[in-house]
Amino acid sequence: MSKVIEGLYYTESHEYVKVEDGFGYIGITDYAQNQLGNVVYVDMPEVGDEVTAGEEFGAVESVKAASDLTSPVSGNVEEINEALEDEPELINKDAFANWIIKVKLSDKSELDGLMDAAAYTELIEK
Amino acid sequence: MTENKRTCLYDKHVALGAQMSPFGGFDMPIQYSSIINEHNAVRQACGVFDVSHMGEVSITGQDAERYVNHIFTNDIKDAPKGKIFYGIMLYPEGGAVDDLLVYKRGENDFFLVINAANIDKDVAWMQKNATGFSINLKDESEYYGEIAVQGPEAQDAVENILHYPCAELAFYTFKTDKYKSETIIISRTGYTGEDGFELYGSHDFINNMWDLLMESKRVVPCGLGCRDTLRFEVGLPLYGDELSKDITPIEAGLGSFVKIDKEEFIGKDVMVRQKAEGVQKKIVGIELKDRAVPRHGYDVMVDGKKIGEVTTGYHTISVDKSVALALIDANYAAIDTPVQIHIRKKLFDGIVTKKRFYKKNYKK
Repeated sequence: MSKVIEGLYYTESHEYVKVEDGFGYIGITDYAQNQLGNVVYVDMPEVGDEVTAGEEFGAVESVKAASDLTSPVSGNVEEINEALEDEPELINKDAFANWIIKVKLSDKSELDGLMDAAAYTELIEK
Repeated sequence: MTENKRTCLYDKHVALGAQMSPFGGFDMPIQYSSIINEHNAVRQACGVFDVSHMGEVSITGQDAERYVNHIFTNDIKDAPKGKIFYGIMLYPEGGAVDDLLVYKRGENDFFLVINAANIDKDVAWMQKNATGFSINLKDESEYYGEIAVQGPEAQDAVENILHYPCAELAFYTFKTDKYKSETIIISRTGYTGEDGFELYGSHDFINNMWDLLMESKRVVPCGLGCRDTLRFEVGLPLYGDELSKDITPIEAGLGSFVKIDKEEFIGKDVMVRQKAEGVQKKIVGIELKDRAVPRHGYDVMVDGKKIGEVTTGYHTISVDKSVALALIDANYAAIDTPVQIHIRKKLFDGIVTKKRFYKKNYKK
């Protein structure tokens, strides 16, 4: 069973965003890391780049496939999770603790279009 | 869409919780636990693969030897009984119909092992080219199941868990044995770069062997995911990637399995010419500086110009590097030539290397 955390926002493409003090921490869900298998590389944007809701901003590569990352929200990239550069497998250990990018949210209303934990749980249990 | 076939071990894979995926017309296990765990089990201890999807063809009759030598690039003439040959079946233009193993069971008695996805095509090709040869050609793919027991502890597993003595078997040889009333085949072969064995027999036999290995708890069930990472690291080709209708064995770097000194075989003219004059494109290894992962079909570039494509790529498990096999313009094929691979929106620097990223550990 994949873990789903209350209070986060989720996309249909299995990203999550955790919102704290106007910042969004974006990563992939536990379900996504389970499906991908061993993660060997995370292709991240650079600090200062702009990401746009619904658009690709990088990729997570497992041994067998590359999977695009789609941003749940728009904003400026404030930080990237540099630990993933040397230890991409941290995503397999705990996908929710190991967010990929931290974004300054430019439009909080975008969150309304995302799923809550209950809706996401229903999606992955279908 | 036709439904995928299932091997005789299908229910066991599902019960073990394997991730199943289509491969070569079959629903096959890709992984049970994780590709990395399974890969490491084969490099360090012992893993078992269900490879029952592979096809088996028997060729017997008074012209069997002459016929096999006609459709196959390696030379089996006067070979001792019990020997196995790797080689390629060619179109007259030099492209590959398939790569395969030929087992010599006796005088004019051969057992051919072919790729799952190519069974129908290969059998049709063999039949078409059998005119004028007195042979019996029998597709036995439905009868045979196959498992591969691979890794440094494979001999111990086959001897002590399955109770088939095999220490005396040399690499690329086989023997037959009895199981109940049937004849089974044990060969010292594999597709992982490690020592190992492949067992062929009825579905009943294969299920029995699989159960014994699982009950022992000493052999890890391995899916096709790690079969590909293992074969890739030691530079073994996969039909469809490094060898195909459009990639000749010389271009694939498999010239040592093409015996142009033998009297004749389909595709010989092109092989003689390519060996003498060289080739325009070639399979090479490429090592990247970054961790980004090159994948099949990605472009290989030099000075902004496309010079080829990746055929297989991984962030390798045994050597922790991002590497690829690629088919590129032979002018850039020299070792250490700087090249770039286009991965998503960026170009990543690399150099041409040998095709072998990890050393084979065969028991010769």
